[in-house]
Order: sequence, then structure tokens, then C-alpha cells
Amino acid sequence: MQGFELQVKGKVQGVGFRPFVWQLAERLQLKGEVLNCGEGVMIRVDQTANLALIKQALQQQLPPLARIDSIDVRSYDWPQPPAGFSIAVSQSSKMDTQVVPDAATCPECLAELLDSTDRRHQYPFINCTHCGPRFTLIEALPYDRANTVMKNFPLCPACAAEFKNPADRRYHAQPVACENCGPMVWMVNAAGEKITEDWLTQTLAALAQGQVVAIKSVGGFHLACDATNAAAVQLLRERKRRQYKPLAVMAANIDAVKQFAVVHAGQQALLQSRIAPIVLLTPKANSDIAQNLAPNLAEVGVMLPSNPLQHLIAHYFKKPVVMTSGNGSGLPPALDNNTALNQLSAIADSFVLHNRSIVQRCDDSLMRVSEQGQVEVLRRSRGLTPDALNLPEDFPDAEGYLAYGGDLKNAFAIGKGRQIIVSQYLGDLANLETQQQFKAAIAHYLNLYQLPVRQRVVDCHPGYFSRQRALLDHQHSDSAEQPIVEVQHHHAHIASCLVENGWRADQGQVLALALDGLGYGDHNELWGGELVVADYQGYRVLGGLPAVTLVGGDTAARQPWRSFYAHLRTFMPQLSEAKLNLLLPGKPLKQLDISMARGLNSHSVRSAGRLFDAVAASLGIAAEQIEYEGQAACELESLASAAQRRLATELTIPVDGLSLNLAAFWPAWLQHKGSKAERAYNFHLALAVALAELVRRAKRQTQINHLVLTGGVFHNALLTSLLKAQLGSECQLLEHQYYSCGDGGLALGQIAIALIQNEK
Amino acid sequence: MTDPVTERVTLAHGSGGQSMQKLIDELFMRHFKNDTLCQQEDQARLPLKALAEMGGELAFSTDSFVIDPIEFPGGDIGKLAVYGTANDVAMSGAKPLYLSCGFILEEGLELATLARIVVSMANAANEAGIQIVTGDTKVVPKGAADKVFINTSGIGVIPPGIQWGAKQIQPGDRIIISGTLGDHGATILNLREGLGLDGTMRSDCQHLYPLVEALRPIAGVRALRDATRGGVNAVLHEFAKSSGCGFQIDEAALPVTPEVRGICELLGLEAVNFANEGKLVAVVAEQAAEAALSALRKLPGGTSAALMGDVNSSGQVTIKNTFGGSRWLDLPTSEPMPRIC
Ligand SMILES: [Fe+3]
Ligand SMILES: [Mg+2]
Ligand SMILES: [Zn+2]
Ligand SMILES: [Zn+2]
Repeated sequence: MQGFELQVKGKVQGVGFRPFVWQLAERLQLKGEVLNCGEGVMIRVDQTANLALIKQALQQQLPPLARIDSIDVRSYDWPQPPAGFSIAVSQSSKMDTQVVPDAATCPECLAELLDSTDRRHQYPFINCTHCGPRFTLIEALPYDRANTVMKNFPLCPACAAEFKNPADRRYHAQPVACENCGPMVWMVNAAGEKITEDWLTQTLAALAQGQVVAIKSVGGFHLACDATNAAAVQLLRERKRRQYKPLAVMAANIDAVKQFAVVHAGQQALLQSRIAPIVLLTPKANSDIAQNLAPNLAEVGVMLPSNPLQHLIAHYFKKPVVMTSGNGSGLPPALDNNTALNQLSAIADSFVLHNRSIVQRCDDSLMRVSEQGQVEVLRRSRGLTPDALNLPEDFPDAEGYLAYGGDLKNAFAIGKGRQIIVSQYLGDLANLETQQQFKAAIAHYLNLYQLPVRQRVVDCHPGYFSRQRALLDHQHSDSAEQPIVEVQHHHAHIASCLVENGWRADQGQVLALALDGLGYGDHNELWGGELVVADYQGYRVLGGLPAVTLVGGDTAARQPWRSFYAHLRTFMPQLSEAKLNLLLPGKPLKQLDISMARGLNSHSVRSAGRLFDAVAASLGIAAEQIEYEGQAACELESLASAAQRRLATELTIPVDGLSLNLAAFWPAWLQHKGSKAERAYNFHLALAVALAELVRRAKRQTQINHLVLTGGVFHNALLTSLLKAQLGSECQLLEHQYYSCGDGGLALGQIAIALIQNEK
Repeated sequence: MTDPVTERVTLAHGSGGQSMQKLIDELFMRHFKNDTLCQQEDQARLPLKALAEMGGELAFSTDSFVIDPIEFPGGDIGKLAVYGTANDVAMSGAKPLYLSCGFILEEGLELATLARIVVSMANAANEAGIQIVTGDTKVVPKGAADKVFINTSGIGVIPPGIQWGAKQIQPGDRIIISGTLGDHGATILNLREGLGLDGTMRSDCQHLYPLVEALRPIAGVRALRDATRGGVNAVLHEFAKSSGCGFQIDEAALPVTPEVRGICELLGLEAVNFANEGKLVAVVAEQAAEAALSALRKLPGGTSAALMGDVNSSGQVTIKNTFGGSRWLDLPTSEPMPRIC
């Protein structure tokens, strides 16, 4: 008998898609079947079906976690006419499906969690097809319970009944569980001894007493304490040896958040989304959250609970809770109970543990959303990973591509068919433990998606671990692989922005401002303040920031006063010894001068990041030593945001040709009067005005209208908004959104460039 | 009255003629003199029987020495040339016995300077009981060499039963350093670049055989290596390559003088990458660590010896910071590129 089959691709497995189709079929009185296949979901119907109606309903009534990328219709020969509509047994064939990111607890599950009559009342692992962990517990595809860490928890009869009933919200929800059959939570003290009382009561008591509790979450450990208790926050800071790094806060619900922070509609929507990221908000004055959560910063990171365990704590504790990543200093977050007990025993007073293992680390995502609703990802992880990005239509197939990313804020990426999947945030690869997670995560992705590597792509920096690792992997691989493609750092930043914006290869060149701390450039140079014309094929640096000589290698990035020294010596060589001594008291100027002149561990660098450091240091901000990356620039931005008005005094950074004239800027800057906040604001404004002028000139010269803003410096919201205001509608802007403009987005651009360059 | 003309090396000193013979007789023969050398044959003739009684294997090594400046606090190129090669021989467990020595002199070098270096070599060799038994001198035109280059080769006999080597290293072993890190490299850097850092920075140039001798009776010594160019980090990378093991050192345990620490902080460099000329890295079995350490500390050249890390199976060289995280140490390069974005 004649009929049709609809091949649906996208995020359609493990998200309640088949029961959704089954329920749809019941409603539309269809005859046929639905089944998971390697390429997604197959829907087969007889010839009486109204295909247009089905397709429309599929798109419009999709379950919350599902996404359809394509529906292909073919004719299908039924061996026997179908009697009704059924969910058929999966056919395993070639794998072409997506893994779904972990999703925050859905409203239905939350209601059950807090309902004392529900059989899952206060069960910390409640979930359904609309919510719960996916990426962090999947060991292999297809997504069946046997291929997840839930294989160790056989379903009880009640759960099994829900699991098998297509009308139930938990039909084929692989992580489904209850108190009788699922994972359990318990609590231990710092010595690792089990605390026999109820974990929740004990946790609430510990938090109330100002203690630090380590909590095993879905993608790693967190450290928690009472966010309204400054002494508790300080205790956590001292034990973590982190005096300045901002700590995220979790509140029970949006009303609770509004007690201590200003929330606009876009922020509310993002907080309450399935991603449930940490969102940067402006704290309210005189609220009851501790003042030491984000020292010297204008924003505080806030999130709503993203899993049932966090919901229970937040709901019953009734006050905001610090929820920061559970790592020892210099280590990535712990993933298993023993590691946590080892690494965090000097930090946490007690531990909330459970027996569901974490397959993949997944930190909380960190996002910002403007009042206009523009989204920015600063750290892309839980809730977003491993969502795939569709390639622009004129790109070749990316299957088997592997880009190793950069060394800091590392995330790697793989090509899968016509999509790119960027990994979760892994962090600084200088750290051995992070390197191990990096290697293991790459192996996991390749295995999960059944990818033989065809092309490895790396940053050009000879000292990057990621690059050396790729060379090693390449050596040990079979001969089928193509030679490694090396991609220049800022070219990758630009391509990352382009490909996220769906820029086709045939759309040609764009202008770009690529501003960051530092990346390896051509001719053994170090770049980070570049005005570029580029496409996927190549790039040409037109201008940007002038170079300074930094003494001290990587130390220069950690000690902003070195940037200040470098700028003064480079741009104000006439400055007397005495004057320099006043500006940089107690610094070994003689030795620094000699080191600079003789080139001792000194490097010529064009770097916007170091310009921010220098300016911050000149105002006495984080001058000696920073504790986290970008601290000086973040504090400078926060200070500037606090300025109510700009000074009447004009501060300008003149533009020579296509370069900023910092030799003219620095004397003016040292003379510039006003409060610190006003000066900080005026620097941002002057830089924005100068950058806009650069762009305008480059546009005239090249006749190119599109402008990419990329590099970690554009996480500076004030600079970005001032620059955009300056440019108005002069340029068509291309900006990063769901992938970081910082080094977390490099891998995406690396793959895009390698794909296009390999085509020629 | 005019100043006496400073006597300098001329091309004639290398011509094979009279002035060359004079130089050899009055300088080299006089200071290095020993029975073998005094035979003045084209080769040193060494008694096999005596050597054979000391063991079954010869240790034989060569090294060339070029350094600017040639004289520095704690030593000079001559002392360096003797102990540099002697130390390489000694790392096998052998006592260094004989050295050859070849000079390449730049035309114009002050004879007085050369004499100081030769005397320093002779003293270094005498103190260590090493004989310089054969040698050679060449003079090159001004600019073709920098003052003086010296090549030395040395031999010793490895005692029976000693089979140290990187291949013996196993995960679980401990890593010992015989003293403070980077003294030589920091001293030379400060001097050569005119950094003018005061303090008492001195090259650690010294003979390491006494330390080796003290370690020999201890069971469980796996491998020794003197940490010269590239510092401790280079040695650990060599060990990692030949053993396949990983090497983790503990930042807080590294012995470093305040002077060296100061120059590292100023320049953002790491003491583990600085050259030493009198420090050895010993990898020993865990149960031998205490014995090895106390044996070293008893000797004048090993008073600051320290346990600095452990061997693991990671295949990588890492440094554990004071908070517990481990940082990866890349191979030392002459021009480390900053990587922080
Ligand atoms: Fe970058
Ligand atoms: Mg040597
Ligand atoms: Zn749910
Ligand atoms: Zn159950």
C-alpha cells in the first residue's frame, strides 16, 4: 500500500518527540507509525494523511526541548496497511542526531517537587521529557537509558509504567527516577563521615550558620554559602584564596531576584529559560545581599535554580545563596565525590553528595542581555552545550573536522555533517587537570558522534598546548587525515562571528575590529588591537593600535603596572626618571629599562587588553596583580559605568591614518582631570570615538559596509555600546551572541576557515 | 714613559712555530703538567689495566664551552670546561679521570686573561683529581671567535653494579635536586645584560662527583643528570622522553636564592629554566629518597638538596602550585612567547 515517510532531523530524540507525534496522530486520526532512527525521527503515514497539516503541527506544537532542522518527505510502501498509529522499535543505522543540552527543571516537575502529595515530593532528581540532564549523563548514542549513567538504576514498576505510556510526560524520559529506584543524596562532613540526618535539613542549617557547603550538581560541584551573610562570603573567599573573583548568586525565583537586583524583561526571560544561565544584573542599592560578592564590579551574576536539588535548597532556604564553581584554586571543578572530598576538604564544611555520575563537566553558562534584548554569552556551557550551529548554505560538509580552540577559556569544536558543535567551556589549558578534561572530552565527543577525524585545526601559537596536542594526535592518527590547518588567532575570532551570523562564503569581505589581550600574529608578531579586512579565505591588517614593548612575558598580563610602564616608556620617552618614579613608585625602573632595551623576555605587542590594563593601573585599579583574567579592565569598566555624566574636558585619542595615536593620548590622559569614575568613563568614550573614526576611514578606503566586532575586549559592555552609538547606522554590525567573542569562540572560527580554505 | 704593551694572542701563536711552542711550554705544560701530558706525544697513552680494575665500562663525554663573559663570580670558562665535562661523565656513576682539552683562541686575547683561565682549569682539575692528558690550540683571526672557546672530552670508569639511566625511572619515584636553582644562569644574565642587580649572585660551577660518590652505595637510585642549559626543566623533559613517565615538581619545594627569585620576578622568568653548572637532578625510588637526601646534604656541594617532586605516568612535565593545581611546563625555549590572551 502506498504512503509517505517524513524524515525529521534536528533535536528530536530524548525530548518527548515521539509521544508528541503519537498524540498528534491520535488527534488527527492518522494511521501509521513513528520511530527513532539514526538520522532523527521517522514518521510513516498512509496516503490519506494531510502532509501540510502534519508539517505545520510539527513545527508549531513542538515540545519545549525539541528543534526541527529539516523535514524530508518521501513515498513509502507499506507492506501491510497500518491499522492504527504506533510507536515502533528504534532502527539503529548511521548516527546523525543531536545530543540535547541539559535543561532546567520544567514548571510541571517543579510543582510536583514541592507538592507534598506527589510521589516525587522533594525528590532531588525529578525530571521529565521536557527537562533534566541530557548532555552530562549520555555515554553513547542512541539516547537510551542503557547508554546513560542511569543504566545503574533499574526502573521501579511505577516509573516503568510512566516510561512506557505515550500519554505520560515521562514517556521514554531516559533519566526518569524516583526515590524507590533512582539516585540518592546524602551528606558528609569535611572529614568524609556520613551525616545521618536528612541532607536538606542539614544543608539549610549549615547555610544558616554561615558555613560553606560543597554540592554535587549536574555538571560538576558547586560551593554554596548564604549570600546575605558577608562573613560567610568572606570565609569562602579566604578558603578559596579568591579575594576579588565575582561569585554567582542563586535565588529561588524571579521575585526573589527582584528583591536585590534590577531585572528587565529580556533578563527575566533569560533567567527563566531552559538554559537557566548566570545572568549579569545590576544589584539594587541597599538590598540584603552581601557587598563582597563582586568587589569593585557594577554587575553581579545571578541565576535561578537549574536542577531540582538546587530548587529544594533555594526554596526552603528562602534567601539568596552563593553558587560558585566547586574547584580548588587553580583546578577545574571537581566531578566525582572522591575528587571533591580531596580537593575541597579545606574549603567546604560539609558536602552534599549523590550517586549519579557526571559523564561530562558542564559549568554554569554566563550571559548578558541588553535592554534591547541582545544576548551575549561570556561562558558557554550548561544549557547551551552541545547545541549545534548550522553552517551557511555554501559551506562544504564539515564531517570529521576537529578544531582545538585556543589555550585560554578553551572550548574545542567538531564538525558533524553540515553542523558545527562547540564543546563546553573548559578553561585554561596551562592547568594539567584541565588538559586531562580537554583530552577526555575530545575523545568523548569523537566517540559519541562516531566521528573519524578527517581534519585537525589549530591556532598558530607555537607555545599553545592545544596546538602541540593536535600535532601529537595527528602523528598518532592514521594516514587518511589531511595535514593540520593552522589558523591565525584574530582571523579565527572574525570567522567565528561571521559563521554564527550565517555569513556565506560568497558574501565576501568584511571589516573587523579584533580587540583582545594577545594572539599570535604573522611574522612572529603578537597582535591584539587589529583593524582588519577579512573573509573566510584570508585577512589583511589595515591598522589599529600601535605596539608597545612589554617586559616579563605572561607576567605582564597579570601585573597591569607593567602595561602602564610599557605605554609610558613607548609613548612618552621624554618622561623624566623622577616623573616616572612618581607614576610607578617602588618599581625597579633601571632594570626594567635595561630589560626593555636588551629585549629580555620582552615582546612587542599590539594589545587593546593591555591598553585597558595600563589605563586601569594609571588610576590605581588592580595595578599590582590581578586575580582573574581581565580583572583590571572589568573594574575600570565598572568604575566608568558609575559615572553619571561626562566631563566638559575633551579627552581624545587622535587617529593617524588607520592607527590610534597613543603618543598624543598619553600626555593628555596624565593631565586629564576629574574623579576616577569620570576619567574612566572618558577613556571609554575617547576610545569608542577613535575606533569609530578608524572604522569610518577604513570603510571609505575599502567600500566595505559590514563590520565585525570581535575579541574578548568586546565583553566590555560600555565600550561596545559607546562604539555602537558612535557608529549609528553607518555600518552593518555583525556581533557574537551565543558564542563568546573571546577565546571560547575561537574553535568555531577555526573550523569555518579550514572548511573554506580546503575547498579551493 | 709608556705603558708596557699588553701581551696578546697573535696568529703566530697558532702557527706551529716558535711562539706556539713557547705558549704551550710556558702556559699549558706548566700548569697542567702530569706524566702522561709530559710525554708530549700526539696522543695520551692511558694504562688499560688500571682502568679495567675499576670496572667494565668506560664513560666518555665531550662538551664545548662558549660563554660571555668568560670570567664571572663563582668561576670562569676554564673551570666550567673542566667541571662541565667531568660532571657529564660523573652522572653515569663514574669518577672522571682524564680530560682532553682543545682551545680556540681569538687573535688579540690578552695573554694574562688566558693565563688566568688556564690556571683556573688546572686548579679545578687538581682539586677533582682529574688529569688533563692531551690538548690542542688554534688561533683564529679577530672576530672569527669570541675571546676563547674550549672543548673538553673526558673519561671515567663506571663501577660494577651501577646501571643508572633514564630508562630505569618508574612512576612513584621521587625527584631530588642537589641545591638551589638557576644560580649560574641568573649570574650570567645579570652580568651580560648589565642589569646591575646587586646582591651576592654567584655561579654554582662545581664538581659534582663527590655527590655522585655519596649516592652510589644507595640502592634505588634510578638516574642522575646535571641540570645545565635549559635548567631542571630541560632535564625533566629529557627524562620524560626516554622514560615515558611524567614528572611533577612542587613549586613550594624548589630551593631558590632570594637573588635568583628577584631576577625571575623582574623578568617573568622561571628558575626551573635557568642554567646551573653544579646541580644534579636525581631520580630515586621512593624508599631511597630519605637516604639520598641526607647523603647529599652532608656534603658541601649539597647542603641545600631538596625533594622537589614525584614521578607519575602522565608523560608530561608539570609544576604543582602552592594551592594544589598543576601547571604544564613546556620545553624551555630561548624565547618564550607569552600566551595569555
Ligand atoms: Fe583572543
Ligand atoms: Mg654538558
Ligand atoms: Zn520536567
Ligand atoms: Zn521509580
